[in-house]
Amino acid sequence: MSGEAHAEVHRHPAPTSFIRKYIFSVDHKVIGIQYILLALVAVLVGMTMSVLMRMNLSWPGTNWPILGTLFPGGAPDGMMTPEFYLSLVTMHGTIMVFFVLTTAPQGGFGNYFLPIQIGAEDMAFPYLNMLSFWVTLVGFIVILAAIFFSGAESTVGPIGGWTGYAPLSALGQIAGPGQGMGMNLWIISIAIFCVGSLLGALNFITTLLNMRTRGMSLMRMPLTCWAWFTTAVLALLSFPVLLGGGILLLLDRVAGTSFFIPGGLYISGLLSGADERFPIHTGGSPILWQHLFWFFGHPEVYIAILPGMGATSHILATFARKPVFGYRAMVFAIFAIGLLGFFVWGHHMFISGMSPYSAMTFSILTLSIGVPSAVKTFNWLGTLWGGRIRFTTAMLFAIGFVSLFVAGGITGLVLGQTSLDLPMHDTYFVTAHFHLVMGVASIFGMFAATYFWFPKMFGRMMNEKLGKIHFWITFVGVYCIFVPMHTMGIVGMPRRFAQFTEYEYLKSLHPLVVFVSIAAIATVLTQVLFYFNLFWSMFKGAKATDNPWEATTLEWNTASPPPHDNFAGVLPVVHRGPYEFAVPGAPNDFMMQTDPEPAEMPAGDGSGNGHNGHKH
Amino acid sequence: MGRVLAVIIWLLTLGSVSLFFVKKWWFPTAISEHAPALDRQFLLTIIVVGLAFTAAQVGLGYMVWKYRDTGNRERATYTHGSSKLEVIWTTVTAVIFIGLAVMGQSVWASLRFNEAPAGAFPVEVVAQQFQWNFHYAGTDGVFGRTEPKLIDDSALNFIGLDEADPNMKDDSVHSVLAVPVNRPVELALRSKDVIHNFWVPELRFKQDLVPGMVIKVHFTANRVGKYELACAELCGQLHFKMKSYMLVLPAEEHQALIGLPQDAFQTRVTELLAKYQLPAY
Amino acid sequence: MATMVTSTKQLPRRKSGSGPKPPGSNGRSGKGNGHEGPFPSYDSTANRYRVGMWVGLASILMLFTALTSAYIVRAASSNDWKALPMPRILLLSTFVILLSSATLEFAKRKLKASLESGYRTWLLITTALGVGFLVSQLLAWRQLVGQGVYVASHPHSSFFYLLTATHGVHLLGGLLALIYLIVRTSRPLDERFQSKRLAAAGAVGIYWHFMDILWIYLFLLLFFWR
Repeated sequence: MSGEAHAEVHRHPAPTSFIRKYIFSVDHKVIGIQYILLALVAVLVGMTMSVLMRMNLSWPGTNWPILGTLFPGGAPDGMMTPEFYLSLVTMHGTIMVFFVLTTAPQGGFGNYFLPIQIGAEDMAFPYLNMLSFWVTLVGFIVILAAIFFSGAESTVGPIGGWTGYAPLSALGQIAGPGQGMGMNLWIISIAIFCVGSLLGALNFITTLLNMRTRGMSLMRMPLTCWAWFTTAVLALLSFPVLLGGGILLLLDRVAGTSFFIPGGLYISGLLSGADERFPIHTGGSPILWQHLFWFFGHPEVYIAILPGMGATSHILATFARKPVFGYRAMVFAIFAIGLLGFFVWGHHMFISGMSPYSAMTFSILTLSIGVPSAVKTFNWLGTLWGGRIRFTTAMLFAIGFVSLFVAGGITGLVLGQTSLDLPMHDTYFVTAHFHLVMGVASIFGMFAATYFWFPKMFGRMMNEKLGKIHFWITFVGVYCIFVPMHTMGIVGMPRRFAQFTEYEYLKSLHPLVVFVSIAAIATVLTQVLFYFNLFWSMFKGAKATDNPWEATTLEWNTASPPPHDNFAGVLPVVHRGPYEFAVPGAPNDFMMQTDPEPAEMPAGDGSGNGHNGHKH
Repeated sequence: MGRVLAVIIWLLTLGSVSLFFVKKWWFPTAISEHAPALDRQFLLTIIVVGLAFTAAQVGLGYMVWKYRDTGNRERATYTHGSSKLEVIWTTVTAVIFIGLAVMGQSVWASLRFNEAPAGAFPVEVVAQQFQWNFHYAGTDGVFGRTEPKLIDDSALNFIGLDEADPNMKDDSVHSVLAVPVNRPVELALRSKDVIHNFWVPELRFKQDLVPGMVIKVHFTANRVGKYELACAELCGQLHFKMKSYMLVLPAEEHQALIGLPQDAFQTRVTELLAKYQLPAY
Repeated sequence: MATMVTSTKQLPRRKSGSGPKPPGSNGRSGKGNGHEGPFPSYDSTANRYRVGMWVGLASILMLFTALTSAYIVRAASSNDWKALPMPRILLLSTFVILLSSATLEFAKRKLKASLESGYRTWLLITTALGVGFLVSQLLAWRQLVGQGVYVASHPHSSFFYLLTATHGVHLLGGLLALIYLIVRTSRPLDERFQSKRLAAAGAVGIYWHFMDILWIYLFLLLFFWR
């Protein structure tokens, strides 16, 4: 060990009081787990809402007595009102995108593992890190408040979709149910969330740039770190734009300004300026909101998926027992995706009334993003090629990620074309596309990460048998849910319709709609297995060794779970790249990043690594 | 385990691809001039997408089948990749993807880069929460003046027509869109309140109606009949009910309709709605 | 897909051609950053604060970039734009904030020279000037309100109140940081705290100058653009 320890840094004592240890903790590991718990709660809310939505779509007019009891306003006599449905749409999208897909991959796993993987004791600014979580939690409480104080009896939140297009979202109560207090709370919640994310992003970037241990050059970092870093940069530069847009929208609603509200509007029988209930507005631009929103909104898609890509690369290499294929190309692809992600927001707005020439530019840039995405896919296949694949649950989910990323991403080639957007825009084709790629694929990345890192986080193994059942049903389930949605989109089924009963051309889709709903409900119910496995294993799982997967990166160099300062006061020294599996001539089929060069190693002796769980 | 996973991946691929291949659920019959070109581009794209999807999934299945750990090999292949391969697959995908993007512009350019051809039939469209208003210029071909101040839903003046303007005398306003067949139609799209979206699936055509803007678009319908018209941008509580019809009429029938005074116009549209049937879906 | 077929065919050839790479080198360990190389800047408080500050400023910059683009779009896309007459007192604000940047530099110089009381005095002066700036901004608001110009009066006034308020909130954060520095001076100045104090003062300095430049920019944008 002596050769590895380069410095005895002074150790921070671990806090002893319960509150400082588990509640207001500045330990990035505790904060990471807090973020994950937040996401686990939020995803339950979001999933429940999606089930309610599916019920309403497939069996319109059915009387659900339980709904009538729970939501006497939103479902009188057990039948959902359209505004109840639309508020579910809005809240489902908002909660999932912000409080699940942004918190778990980045705030959760990123927080826990970025410092450990680069060999740091903690984040650069631990107090800021704690603040970032608590700010985010406040944001979540505010969005939950929107459920109960939405300003209309019959809704459980605002109506606007997660995109909150102005002027519907800007006009207030007069624009109909779901435009009252709930919309204010929705904007405030997102603004708070932006601030929390910015604090987090600042911390991630500074930590990665400044806190890497000796020998951890940039090109020796695990791909997970590259992904979290790029995600943080995206968050840092895109969330302020949403924050700015949110402030303008709120001012339009509460201060009577006209950033997004044009003049001469007439709604609910009232003319702008002619009635005290509808103050005068002039000259605002509804398209401006869309530009501000999507300038954030498109990078947000990559904020959700990049950490999943990182985790997938990491896990594929570990269980294929092979170095990542084309590490350098993977890093460049992450960068390319991140960079291009800032120049394609207009593809959400082809038919919004913006210039058709800029639409064309956006379209070509958009399809170029497919290139680094395809490069990543090829390299994942290359990583599996020639491997000795071990099918742990984590590996299954990582392979599932690749499959779903391809399935979801590739239809971007359709939607990114200006012409094809004419029939496809705002149909279920879009819904299918982004749910597969940014929703389900990201979540698969997080499932993989959970099964993979759980032993490190809690010192116990998750149940593999339950995990595999969870994988099989979920994997088949999500295909059954989202692939048929593409064909619904081709037929022309619009998004955000409370019911499809009004249109003749949609009637033939009914069996497909019912099929999707059944698949969705079955898949949602399967997640009980995951929750059970997670919490049961925390207390009853088999004890985990320090390196149960025989992996190579720094988090497997320390105890499971790691001590308060991660490496018990002795920072590791890095000697090689992150994925040195199957090195010819090495004693094991994996070489830890901290293993000294074979030449420096005493011949035939691996005892220096004994406590890391190496087996011969 | 590897073999099971491979088979499941392949089955899901087969299922997904066949859902598109059997075309049981597909586009409704196209009725506009630009639609065939658009449908061809869609078909080409979906074939490229389908091939790439299948290749990737079959490849993924092959990898997990072939390289599952059977205990026969002691070590995996030690490689960090191949720059040559990276260059090849980056170039190939770039050519295909950007090629598709460029090809996808032609229909777009024909519809959006040019003004409507001369002699196009003009219609003003004014959307409002959960209702369509189509404003026809009548025989003189000149629209009567409209102004937001004059809008009064309770008096059924939905678009704020100025009664004092002589040009409005022969104008009609109706919730149904009636257009002539085989003649370009120019829509001037406006909204009174929030964003709506004009969407007729058979036209393969969609455009937002943005308050504060007048957006001019054009298309040519080439098949007589009655078609459903929907709003495709969330506009509030009853968004899903914001429905109307588009009638594509033979030139003479259309001409006769447009010449009718407002009251007769209403009656005639009702008759025409009954006369024409929706396509069989 | 064709590329996949070539990949499986070519890989073994490539491997046998170049042979397995020596373990550890990876063919990609960066120059100068190998294990022989110097420490990657590690646990240096000043560096950490400085990098963190610049990263934070990048996000603040993005916020104002977004608001600026909204400003430009809004001004160009409508015909209801009325120029707001500049409240004269803004010239005073500008002068005060420029002065405060200078006094903060004096403070830092004193700190570097380990002159405790001078450091403290200049910090207090800077804080006072910061407060003065905010008061002057508030007076500008009052002046406008007195003329009947409110947030919702017209787009230029909306942007004026919004941009000055957003800048003011950020400046308030800078004031809190200054107060923090002042409170810290009550601790005895010894070797151990000196470096930390320098780091903190350096970071606050960057922020304060940024707020200064930001105000100049906003001032020019609001009253001299177009």
